[in-house]
Amino acid sequence: MFEWLTQPWPWYVAGPIIGLIIPLLLFLGNKQFGVSSSLRHTCAACFPGNISFFKYDWKEEGLWNMILVLGVLVGGFLGGYVFKNPEPIALSASTIADLRGLGITDFSGFVPPEIFSWGGLGSLQGIIVMVIGGFLVGFGARYAGGCTSGHAISGISNLQLASLIAVIGFFVGGLVVTHLVFPLIF
Amino acid sequence: MNYIKYLLIGTLFGFVLTKSEVISWFRIQEMFRFQDFHMYGVIGSAILVGMISIQIIKRFNMKDIDGTPISIPPKDASQKKRYIIGGTLFGIGWALTGACPAPLFALLGSGITVFLVPILAALAGTWVYGAVRESLPH
Repeated sequence: MFEWLTQPWPWYVAGPIIGLIIPLLLFLGNKQFGVSSSLRHTCAACFPGNISFFKYDWKEEGLWNMILVLGVLVGGFLGGYVFKNPEPIALSASTIADLRGLGITDFSGFVPPEIFSWGGLGSLQGIIVMVIGGFLVGFGARYAGGCTSGHAISGISNLQLASLIAVIGFFVGGLVVTHLVFPLIF
Repeated sequence: MNYIKYLLIGTLFGFVLTKSEVISWFRIQEMFRFQDFHMYGVIGSAILVGMISIQIIKRFNMKDIDGTPISIPPKDASQKKRYIIGGTLFGIGWALTGACPAPLFALLGSGITVFLVPILAALAGTWVYGAVRESLPH
């Protein structure tokens, strides 16, 4: 009866629920769906320095967003730990073949443990993927004024040209890494 | 008390991201290799539902639970460079870590503690953007 809690959900269940978060936030709080602003609010709260970009009332503007993100962490705990799917992800055979070609062998979890582990931080690969990758996620999201939730989902839903341009950029960057950078670093 | 609704919505969001495997580095690779429809289905159907919802809200000038008219400020499209350059840099980060901001937190929640590192790096990236933004093209 509760298999659905541990089984993976198909796109046509997950996507519409994610889409409904947009009106849910609008109705319950007149808030725009987005996640990456929480990083700015955290900077403003913890280490604003002498930077005008971080000098604003973060509690008034951003506390709700930081709490939303705290919820995402709880959701990850429930979905990925408490109700963890015991089976490996049903990836397409061609993706598995391509990634094996890059030297990845363990497909049992959400991420390849060869790269994403504390020990992996000692390798150049680990530094590029986790440190440089993470840095660019934060830097790029703020530069572009939003991430996947704020631009790809919220922004395009609201027919914003700016968001469409940003999402094309997301794909250009992602395709370059996948097809040109990964063959070099793996 | 007012904030509990955001905690619950965030929890729902994190749970769905995890159950649909959107937080997986492997799924992101599959997407950037165009080898499965899954990610496109999730993002595409989320946009479709969001778009219909926003159109209805605008058409009927709906109000939120406090009775305030719902306002959806447009994104500033007069600046283009920031979306092109910033978007591309974000895409590089997304493909490297296999996670955009929400999945970073969901992955940490799922018990993969090393995701603290990309989260701290993303905070550093946000901070550096704030420090240098005035000298960047927008």
